Amino acid sequence: MIEGAKWRRWVYFYIPLSVFIFWLLFPFYWMLVTSVRPDRELYRPWMAPNYTPFWTAHPTLEHVTDLLTQTLFIRWMLNTLFIASVSTVISLFCGLLAGYALSRLKFPFAGSLGTGIFITYLVPQTLLFIPLADIIRNFRLGDTPWALILTYPTFLIPFCTWLLMGYFKAIPRELEECARIDGATRWKAMVYIVFPIAVPGILSAGIFAFTLSWNEFIYALVFLSSAEEKTVSVGVTSELVRGDVFYWGQLMAGALLGSVPVAFIYSFFVEYYVAGLTGSVKG
Amino acid sequence: MARVVIRNLNKMFNEAHAVKDVNLEIHDREFVVLVGPSGCGKTTTLRMVAGLESITSGEILIGETVVNELPPMDRDIAMVFQNYALYPHMSVYDNMAFGLKMRKFARPEIDRRVREAADILGIEDYLARKPRQLSGGQRQRVALGRAIVRHPQVFLFDEPLSNLDAMLRVQMRVEIKKIHDRLGTTAVYVTHDQVEAMTLGDRVVVMKDGIVQQVGDPLELYNAPANRFVAGFIGSPAMNFAKVGVAEEGGTICAVGDGMRLELPPRIAERLRAHVGDEVTLGIRPEDLYLASGDGADGLSFAAVVEVVERLGSQILLDVKVGSGAMVAAVEPTVQAKVREHLRLRLNAERLHFFDGRSEIAI
Repeated sequence: MIEGAKWRRWVYFYIPLSVFIFWLLFPFYWMLVTSVRPDRELYRPWMAPNYTPFWTAHPTLEHVTDLLTQTLFIRWMLNTLFIASVSTVISLFCGLLAGYALSRLKFPFAGSLGTGIFITYLVPQTLLFIPLADIIRNFRLGDTPWALILTYPTFLIPFCTWLLMGYFKAIPRELEECARIDGATRWKAMVYIVFPIAVPGILSAGIFAFTLSWNEFIYALVFLSSAEEKTVSVGVTSELVRGDVFYWGQLMAGALLGSVPVAFIYSFFVEYYVAGLTGSVKG
Repeated sequence: MARVVIRNLNKMFNEAHAVKDVNLEIHDREFVVLVGPSGCGKTTTLRMVAGLESITSGEILIGETVVNELPPMDRDIAMVFQNYALYPHMSVYDNMAFGLKMRKFARPEIDRRVREAADILGIEDYLARKPRQLSGGQRQRVALGRAIVRHPQVFLFDEPLSNLDAMLRVQMRVEIKKIHDRLGTTAVYVTHDQVEAMTLGDRVVVMKDGIVQQVGDPLELYNAPANRFVAGFIGSPAMNFAKVGVAEEGGTICAVGDGMRLELPPRIAERLRAHVGDEVTLGIRPEDLYLASGDGADGLSFAAVVEVVERLGSQILLDVKVGSGAMVAAVEPTVQAKVREHLRLRLNAERLHFFDGRSEIAI
């Protein structure tokens, strides 16, 4: 907290914070307003006398009902949920084991292996999708959820591994040694001692991985073609923009509903997640 | 209960030779303390006994079994760590029960043992708490409790008291001693604190640079140190050292150093006869120095100038200058000494130590 006179607190704290929050939340507000605005207000020219860009006089749920009944939006949500969950579980599992091994076990080339994993994370997806598309075609997985479930871990596993590696390193080695003297095998010491202590780290890795796959765009765009296989991010943008016609109301409703699950998960685990990122292990 | 035998134990960390040819036999029910400055290999030795560190060469036996290749869980030992190493996500009860659960003890037996250990250590009231809700002393008790419940063959302690404040350290030291007397379990205790080593150990092993310097009961180390290092390490305040030349003058063996000339009585002189003409190190403990009355014609006193007077209550420590060197004398609390005062100190010839100038081995 900022010490000193009241005005200092306003100038250095409240005002910058308010500007920041406004900046951050305005797009969401815009999304909300647009999604409940009737079409006749949406397409009203800006010089019209009753033009009200920042609020609406006649809110309607028509875009939302349209989105849910006239489009495959629910299907897309389910697709995304399935793909994001499965790829998160796979990545988290691999990341846990890899992160533990790289931070705790001594084996030849452990250091360079860790760096190697990190470098794969740095290869841009916009390049990687070309060879991956070839692989997906060879395995005849195109236009199935498995195309994404198997490609998302290419960036999720390095991410989880690195986040968890840092977290495991912060857990005192003695805890595990003590468990092993107490009668646990290395595996049991890992499962009963290290993982429970690393829960904040594991949760934040999971949340991040889930968000990354939920929001992923380019692989989903390239590997999926039929409308009913699409994920939210691709479905909304490709099916609700027809030619040069933008269905703004539905687009915004789709964007809003599409971000709800992620926002929900974040708010639910926020405490763990902050602890996970700041890496605090209390002994 | 079991004995622990260490034979020709060596440990290399890449190029660094951390433990060199350690041989040690720890008897059943004995309390042995490994002591030495940091980096002397004492903790590494303990960790090799625990199975947390691989053995480069040599052999460790617990009971009659060679345990070189046994994983820690199969060695039937319990270890107390310096930073307690309590499992932060478990209650005190679960912390103590963990080892028993891992070994598939029946629930009533686990409960009985945990409560018994909690009773011994006086932590019954905290059983439901998490480690972070405990003070340092309480945490250390839980760590002890976790070792006790297992009824292991050997207790291993790795500097368990170094994270506690001075008062608590003394209190826990007594408690560890009591617990050992009560349970009689063989114990190996590592510390860098020579007071802890002297008070706790049935026998004390002094180590330096990976080599065992001396093994003996505390008084043996104190009264007859094997070399200059042990002499300086054991005892507080530390032993005074002075370089002296050994000379024979008219049948009397003399030790001549900077600011002192001692005529040694025949019994002491015998030990030095072979070193006439050599330079040796003289060692005298602060408590073996007295204020001399008279002019020092007995040949066992020397002039000194007081530099600092430290009043400890039970005794007074005089930091004095002798020639160009410094010494500490522990004198009676009734002594009136002032800074810069010139006085004469007399030493107890029976309690003089001499160390070879080059090898530093006791003469």
